[in-house]
Amino acid sequence: MSSEKKLCLSGSGVTKVFGFGRNTTLAVDHVDFNFYEGEIISIVGESGSGKTTLAKMLLGLINPTEGEIYFQGEKRDISTHRKKKEYWKSIQAIFQDPFSSYNIFNKIDTVLLDCIRMRGGGKLPYEQKVEMMTEACSFVNLKFEELTNKYPFELSGGQQQRLMIARIFLLKPKILLADEPTSMIDACSRATILDMLMQLRDEIGMTPIFITHDIGLAYYVSDSVYIMERGKFVESGSADDVILHPKEPYTRRLISDVPKIYEEWDLSTV
Amino acid sequence: MSNVMLEVRELTTKYITRFRENIYAVDHVSLKVEEGKSLGIAGESGCGKSTLALSLMGYYFPPLHYTSGEIIIDGHNISGMNPDDVRRSILGTEIAYIPQAAMNALNPTQKIINFIEDVIEAHNPVATKKEIFDIAKGLFEALGLPVDVLQKYPVELSGGMKQRTVIAISVILSPQVLIADEPSSALDVTSQKMVIKMLRNLMDKGYIKAMIFITHELPLLYNVTDDIMVMYAGQIVEKASSKDAVFDPLHPYSKGLMGSIIVPESGLRNVKLTAIPGVPPNLKKPPSGCRFAARCKYVRPECKTLSIPLREVAGGRTYRCILSEEELRELYAWEARKKNE
Repeated sequence: MSSEKKLCLSGSGVTKVFGFGRNTTLAVDHVDFNFYEGEIISIVGESGSGKTTLAKMLLGLINPTEGEIYFQGEKRDISTHRKKKEYWKSIQAIFQDPFSSYNIFNKIDTVLLDCIRMRGGGKLPYEQKVEMMTEACSFVNLKFEELTNKYPFELSGGQQQRLMIARIFLLKPKILLADEPTSMIDACSRATILDMLMQLRDEIGMTPIFITHDIGLAYYVSDSVYIMERGKFVESGSADDVILHPKEPYTRRLISDVPKIYEEWDLSTV
Repeated sequence: MSNVMLEVRELTTKYITRFRENIYAVDHVSLKVEEGKSLGIAGESGCGKSTLALSLMGYYFPPLHYTSGEIIIDGHNISGMNPDDVRRSILGTEIAYIPQAAMNALNPTQKIINFIEDVIEAHNPVATKKEIFDIAKGLFEALGLPVDVLQKYPVELSGGMKQRTVIAISVILSPQVLIADEPSSALDVTSQKMVIKMLRNLMDKGYIKAMIFITHELPLLYNVTDDIMVMYAGQIVEKASSKDAVFDPLHPYSKGLMGSIIVPESGLRNVKLTAIPGVPPNLKKPPSGCRFAARCKYVRPECKTLSIPLREVAGGRTYRCILSEEELRELYAWEARKKNE
């Protein structure tokens, strides 16, 4: 089985150090990982464990201090702006805060048209573009006729996050990095968003990487889970192994911190 | 017969928009919290949970306006009081409120202890700095917060610590009732647990006599509060003990909310989360009849026209639906069977 799996994104000794001289912070500490195509991956850790720094490095927003990231088995090259743009065609992200993810001067049409242009559809006739946008919006249960000529900030948080997914639908990236995609929206929309992401994955065959502090969410969505503590992966494996039979005390603590309904929630451990 | 700390009868409040439209965000809500009890309020975004919290304080400022109903805190009727009087004599001393972003309330140019001095001096001008420090120190020690926090500036504290500091300060004037509006949703799970532990501590040690806890995270409510009240479009749709509300909900909306629970326990992966389709109605023009009818799976033609009162059933539970308890249970059982097939 494992021989058939194609390597999608991998890294060896990826490290990020912030600061200079004596004031340095080791945010990500020699991390090795192999993400396979079609797998759903979660990176779980508490605030300050370096998971967002790792996400930024995977996205190519910041450069690693040490180590290499490999994309589809080859060394990732994003040294020029053109190469970076090329790379972003295959990796896209959804961020935590939908309210600050959009350019407030751009209308929703612009947001979606940009995506079509990025996929090389810039020269298509306008009617066809509208068709594509309508299709993308209806995938996430939004109506394009109601959205056209509006600004993203006129929508609610859940709707904005869904519009983000419509963007991903148009872009069809190979990898989707979801950095806490549901922590700012309520529990009911959360189910909708997760459902849509899963549907989208089946539709366009991408590899979602979830970055979250909510171990319950990680358990629900993912095939493999990586637990991150102080810049290191302390435990990794399939979701069932890691979450139902945790070995590391840190993982156990994370699990005990989440309120449960079938078991007693032990408050004495903090 | 225990003491009723907070009683609300048929409270209705509205927002008046720029265009003179009335939005009734809290619509004939009645509730009762007894001494030593806590009440949780659940619901989606935009269902009036936070407006209810603001209304309960009796502190109205535009665009929020009081319409009708009564709020009785520990025997005092505060409905219809002048906002200035409410601020002087009710807020902080009778009822305290912790908003979601409570940590932003701290003044970045003041040390925590100076902030506490301001709070106490506003209510008790004769207190000396030494007295205030002793009060603050005693409180922080009792709640398990490090005392050196008092001499620090807010920027030196982490988010969770700031939140806990603000919660501690909110009870420094010994209020009877504490309203916590999503006090932990901006925090990660570890800090969330500390905040919850502290709120429990406040109740156990008698700093507050009753608590209202608002959140959309049902597993959290289940662990914190004694009763759960589910709100939808400004109305109460169900009220039950925490256990009943989570494991045996009656109203279709509560049932839908319970379908979106995520907990890291075995069995979760086999369950498919069921989201409620659609969005809450626009309260500028609330639908006639049942407000949930447009999104309800079990909707009947008469739902859209008949106005539906709260029904009371055995075990002190109330819910707002046209169907009887037996009919609802039958429907749920039938659906569960269908899912298994």
